[in-house]
Amino acid sequence: MTIRAITTLFVSSAALALVAAGCGGGDDGGGVITADGSSTVGPFVTKAAEDFKAEQDIDVTVGISGTGGGFERFCAGETDLANASRPIDEDEEVLCEDGGVEYIEFRVATDALTNVVNTENDWATCLTVDQLNAIWKPGSKVANWSQVDPSFPDVPLKLYGAGTDSGTFDYFTSVINGEEGASRSDYSATEDDNVTVQGVSGDRGALGYFGFSYFEENQDRLKALEVDGGGGCVAPSIAAAQDDSYTPLSRPLFVYAKQGSFDDSEDVRNFVKFMLDNNETIATAAQFVPLSPDQVAEQQATYENATP
Amino acid sequence: MPPAIVIEQPAPLALPRKRIRWGEQFVHLILFIAAAISVLTTVGIVISLLMPAVDFFREVSPVEFFTGTTWAPLFLDAHFGVVPLVVGTFVISFWSALLAFPLGVGVAIYLSEYANQRVAGVLKPILEILAAIPTVVLGYFALTFVTPLLRDIGLDVEIFNALSASLVLGVLLIPTIASLSEDAMAAVPRDLRDGGYALGADKLQVSTRIVVPAAISGIIAAFVLAFSRAVGETMIVLIAAGQLAQITFDPRETIETMTAFIGATGNGDVPTGSIEYKTIFAVGLTLFVITLVMNLISIRLVRKFREVYE
Amino acid sequence: MTLVEHARRPQEPASESHRKNRAWKNRLFKAVMLFSMFVAFGTLAVLLVDTLITGWPALTSQLLTGLPSTVSEEAGGRPAILATLYLGALVLLLSVPIGVLTAIYLEEYADRTRWWNRLIEVNIQNLAAVPSIVYGILGLAFIVRGIGVGRVVFAGGLILTLVVLPTVVVASREAIRSVPDSIRQGAFALGATKWQVVWRQVLPSAIPGMATGSILALSRAVGETAPLIMVGAITYVAFNPTLFGAYTALPVQIYNWTRQPDPGFQTLAAAGAIVLLVIVLSMNSVAIFLRNRYRRQW
Repeated sequence: MTIRAITTLFVSSAALALVAAGCGGGDDGGGVITADGSSTVGPFVTKAAEDFKAEQDIDVTVGISGTGGGFERFCAGETDLANASRPIDEDEEVLCEDGGVEYIEFRVATDALTNVVNTENDWATCLTVDQLNAIWKPGSKVANWSQVDPSFPDVPLKLYGAGTDSGTFDYFTSVINGEEGASRSDYSATEDDNVTVQGVSGDRGALGYFGFSYFEENQDRLKALEVDGGGGCVAPSIAAAQDDSYTPLSRPLFVYAKQGSFDDSEDVRNFVKFMLDNNETIATAAQFVPLSPDQVAEQQATYENATP
Repeated sequence: MPPAIVIEQPAPLALPRKRIRWGEQFVHLILFIAAAISVLTTVGIVISLLMPAVDFFREVSPVEFFTGTTWAPLFLDAHFGVVPLVVGTFVISFWSALLAFPLGVGVAIYLSEYANQRVAGVLKPILEILAAIPTVVLGYFALTFVTPLLRDIGLDVEIFNALSASLVLGVLLIPTIASLSEDAMAAVPRDLRDGGYALGADKLQVSTRIVVPAAISGIIAAFVLAFSRAVGETMIVLIAAGQLAQITFDPRETIETMTAFIGATGNGDVPTGSIEYKTIFAVGLTLFVITLVMNLISIRLVRKFREVYE
Repeated sequence: MTLVEHARRPQEPASESHRKNRAWKNRLFKAVMLFSMFVAFGTLAVLLVDTLITGWPALTSQLLTGLPSTVSEEAGGRPAILATLYLGALVLLLSVPIGVLTAIYLEEYADRTRWWNRLIEVNIQNLAAVPSIVYGILGLAFIVRGIGVGRVVFAGGLILTLVVLPTVVVASREAIRSVPDSIRQGAFALGATKWQVVWRQVLPSAIPGMATGSILALSRAVGETAPLIMVGAITYVAFNPTLFGAYTALPVQIYNWTRQPDPGFQTLAAAGAIVLLVIVLSMNSVAIFLRNRYRRQW
């Protein structure tokens, strides 16, 4: 092959690829619904998107920029839906006001924040909120299990937890340490909960926390601790989260819909309705705690009120 | 006495004024614009880093940033000392360079002095393949294969540790050092080697006492390039080295590098405009300046040691 | 002792022990070198085998043609693979012309005494050393937000182009430099203009080297993850990517899969890695083939 032939081949195949890319828009039919936000809620919305597409052939893209990042894009008008693992906070409300974005808050599922330890940890079964606070509070010097409870053995404590820019972190710190963002800083913080799974399952003295789905998927490698929120030790489970007995670590998960998109686009309305109507299937598949029937009814009422 | 020779110079040709070829000027312009794109890129990088970083330094004192030893920017009780991140970066770079440099030069000497054409022709492409492996794959390999392996042989490493990442990164850098060093050695003229052989030296002596010193500028350049690539590496450390910013020189512990911090935070949940978001740019700027300085050092060193042969 | 001093010593026959000593040193050195080779190639082999073994179960046509899913048994990577190919095409179409033109400028046209030309040269050298994640920051600020193109394929392609541009320039310069000056001078002597010399004499001879360098740069772009993470190559995209649409690229998809709780996704990630390796390695093989086939001896 001559040089000329090769060059022509390259350029034409590249150009062809791009033309295909440019024209290949046929797939995403009418429009694309954009959702972005919490990486915890992400799997729920993703599963919903998958099922929704199978049923109605509408595309939904789901980003995981995080709860704060999701709100930021949402309030700038860039997305239709904001996924959040905590309620919108004051600063973000102001942001949305400035951006002229009105929204409707929908609760879509519940998560049971789970504390996990290594399977070889045979001394700890239940921790009280006070004990958790002692471990995780800012400036905490607890570095050994024996400091958590005198009956525990002398094993170094290795901590893994949520990254500071995640809703999981915000919720855990506000509930355990009394203030959002208040936490000791000398632990392995990560956005990627699999990192926590790896870390805790690889170290006898490790302790970590993350959303329930990560524990469910890795039950053979991890052990979940019961939490005593004042009413006795309760293990994290779907039932306990639904009836609120797993306190204080059961947290609501939200999807915020932009009023503008809600009003204008039938697809957005249908998608939200889809998430509510099929709440149990989606949540179970994504390993979250589905809304109880009462909660579903409540959300559906919100939906009806918001629909023009 | 020979007669004086007088040479008559003919009058210089009266050539008409040079006609400007507009086509040529146009081409020159287009080419200049193409080249200027690279300058625009640098300007863009500097601006995109500098502006938010300046904002950042208005809220956080540069002294605290550059000398503080606690990095906890996203916590309520925030600390903005970048030293742990810089130390983490250099720990990784140090160990990977330590692995890559001797092995890389060893491979280079082998390819340049010992191997015959056919063998070299087969081995060099394989080296290039090693260099082409995407770093996300390597990071994953470090976490799922190397770390358990290290634990199996008895090294008490944390699940996320600097050592696995350094080992894998070091192997990734071997081809870089090897190919640049080999180029430098190949540029050493045969005469120098032949002279050595003629004086009765054996291959080892010729390689290590003649070729390597002669090629030293290229080898140093290779080393600095590899080191700066190690400093800038993101995925391997993000996946395998961890996200615990602490000052430690023990490679078995978890650390966090500048690049891992930027990657993890940039992907995460930080509202734009917040102080936490601006940390990305402050750290990015630090990283950029460090690699720039290393690059300039490398250029200097190369110039100092370069041997010109012809 | 230097070699010359060694030679100048009063001649004594090389003793038996001296020769043995040297022979032993030589063998040791050779062993050390072979060890280096072993580490390098051994690691490569282990990596490939390990990835292959881990990912084998998930290496099905579904991976190549299916859409992503929250259920690992049903997940595929078609949008990611397509996006990677599109990004590669974009990078090729943008970086090669700009890179080659820049290289031509620097080698043939630029007057080295001018400060701005020296600045461009140093600048390109510096850019080659900048970590790719910094390009991600640049892309986020200027391309995604600044121009407002958004988190689309085109933006990703632009950023990756900038990442590999210095490499293309350097490789092209080497290729141009390797063309002997006599060729140029001969053309000038025959009355050709500068551009004619470049276009008709220098470039054709330099194309194999440029092609090789470009393909190697391209394979690097295809494997890049960090800059794309910064510009939010979205996680769940269940349709074929378009030039100005949302996308996720294969390396990013692999990274996201490793973050899923379901262990099935880890296998999928390894399988995705195999696909990525196949793409990258075939590009490299093409480059190597081109280089060998068209290598010219002057």
